[in-house]
Amino acid sequence: MLEAKNLEFYYQKNQPFKIPDIHLKQGEQLLIIGKSGSGKTTILNMLGGLLKPIKGEIIIDGTSLYSLSGAKLDKFRGKNIGIIFQKPHILAPLTVEENLKLANFFSGKSNSKITGLLAELGISEKRTSKVNTLSEGEAQRVSIARALANSPKVILADEPTASLDDANAANVVKLLKEQAEKFKAALVIVTHDQRVKDHIANQITMGGLS
Amino acid sequence: MNMLKLSWKYLVAKPMNTGLNILLLALGLAIITVLILIQDQFENKMTKDSKGIDLVVGAKGSPLQLILSSVYHIDFPTGNIDLDEAVGLTRNRLVKNIIPLGLGDNYQGYRIVGTNYDYLDLYEAQVQEGEKWVKPFDVVLGYEVATKLELKVGDNFIGSHGIGSSSHEHDEHPYTVTGILEPKNNVLDKLVLTSVESVWYTHDEEHDHEIFENAVATTGFPDPGDEDRELTSLLIQYRNPMAAVQLPRMINSRTALQAASPSFEISRLFELLGIGVKLIQGLALVIIVIAGLSIFIALYNSLKERKYDLAVMRTLGASSGQLFFHIILEGVILTFIGALVGIAMGHLFLGIIVMQNEQGAISSLSAAVFLVEELYILGYAVGVGVLASLIPAWNAYQTDIAKQLTNS
Repeated sequence: MLEAKNLEFYYQKNQPFKIPDIHLKQGEQLLIIGKSGSGKTTILNMLGGLLKPIKGEIIIDGTSLYSLSGAKLDKFRGKNIGIIFQKPHILAPLTVEENLKLANFFSGKSNSKITGLLAELGISEKRTSKVNTLSEGEAQRVSIARALANSPKVILADEPTASLDDANAANVVKLLKEQAEKFKAALVIVTHDQRVKDHIANQITMGGLS
Repeated sequence: MNMLKLSWKYLVAKPMNTGLNILLLALGLAIITVLILIQDQFENKMTKDSKGIDLVVGAKGSPLQLILSSVYHIDFPTGNIDLDEAVGLTRNRLVKNIIPLGLGDNYQGYRIVGTNYDYLDLYEAQVQEGEKWVKPFDVVLGYEVATKLELKVGDNFIGSHGIGSSSHEHDEHPYTVTGILEPKNNVLDKLVLTSVESVWYTHDEEHDHEIFENAVATTGFPDPGDEDRELTSLLIQYRNPMAAVQLPRMINSRTALQAASPSFEISRLFELLGIGVKLIQGLALVIIVIAGLSIFIALYNSLKERKYDLAVMRTLGASSGQLFFHIILEGVILTFIGALVGIAMGHLFLGIIVMQNEQGAISSLSAAVFLVEELYILGYAVGVGVLASLIPAWNAYQTDIAKQLTNS
């Protein structure tokens, strides 16, 4: 489902990141742990089709990600990859539901999943709310719902728990795991948050130290 | 959800900013709309009203005033001319037809014009109700006069001296309405038409009531009897193009009369007005340019705050082309609404101006006329929108998603 081979990337030539190969099957989960600056966000960006590696290949569901170009890559990303960020980044002018609909619109999928998804994440009653009326935890759940709106094959989460308290953090990880299993999607969580460690067994540590 | 709705949501999220930009643009466009409407209608009306009139002859004075008073019935007449002298012109071989006009009275601000049936034929006006005047003090009302003053065939009224309302009344001789003209949408609508005789007899000190029963002249000049009679002006039609060269010069140099050509005087008038119109147009253009700049600045600034939103949209599957379109669309929606509001405001302004001027030149304008030029306004406005949003849209197009997402 998700395969990363021989990836190479550097911002400065003399400081290349050491990037491990990744191989995940349908429904498998992976935790990438590392300090800030270890390149864990960089690898997530590469996996998400946001940052082209200098060398190497990423294959998602049989498609080599960076053989696609321009709008095709954008559409592929929209359809197959759900990305969750450290901050929820709900689009403020839109309501919760509209944020999810927008994801469907850009990827060209139908809106049929939205109601169920919102119910499952416990934010049904916030459907027509704007982001500024949501609590931190609710907002993060909305961002998860949005990432799942297109039933992606790969779910990438970048520090999804960093700004949450313990209870919410555990909740979010639980949700991510549940949903990934339900959609049979490969889940990759990048974090330096030790609280996440116990939840996912399959782990890679970047930057050597941790 | 679609692109249009998305752009719209972002505009609505900043109501003050959006409102101000729309208002600014609308103001500039409203001025342009009013100018276009007035100019078009004035020129239309002016040419329509002077159609078929080659030359106006009246007392010496301002030629423009002569045209305005005799053709458009908006200014004061220059004075009176001798009937004998007027009749003398009929013998000129360059003259095809002369329509005499006797002005100077009004009824509630609507001018009473003493003339003959040729004047009606000039505008191809038909009587809609009743019939044309036959005897002195019979009048035919223009459509607007009849409807505004609620007069019907058979009604009587008393005219006042002078051409504005509230001057002294000629209480001895009531006019009788014998007919009402069909709506012509030209100067006739605002006139009270009667025979030259009516105008003469109203001003006579002594009255010979027998002649009130005689039929009036329906063409040419009326019979003056043994009195010295006067007219206000004459509308002349040329027999051939030669007349345009010779006749005005002949009249101006050899008689005590003055000849003025409507087309010449009106183009001179527009030339004079043109400077003012250009000035206002320039002002409107400046406002529109400022509106464009304001939209540009608003989009450009909002883009700084929105780079993250744009990056998120990219992660949701939006292509950079779609983001470009998203920003352009915002500019276009803004200016499109601005144009609609501007055009509506223009019509409203004109409507208010017309309402405040119940009589006179402006009252003949209509705010309910829509011109093709207004579609051009819409087009130009949208052009401004595209232009103003081009640079911000290009920035959006180039958003580096990974950098945006990691940096903040």
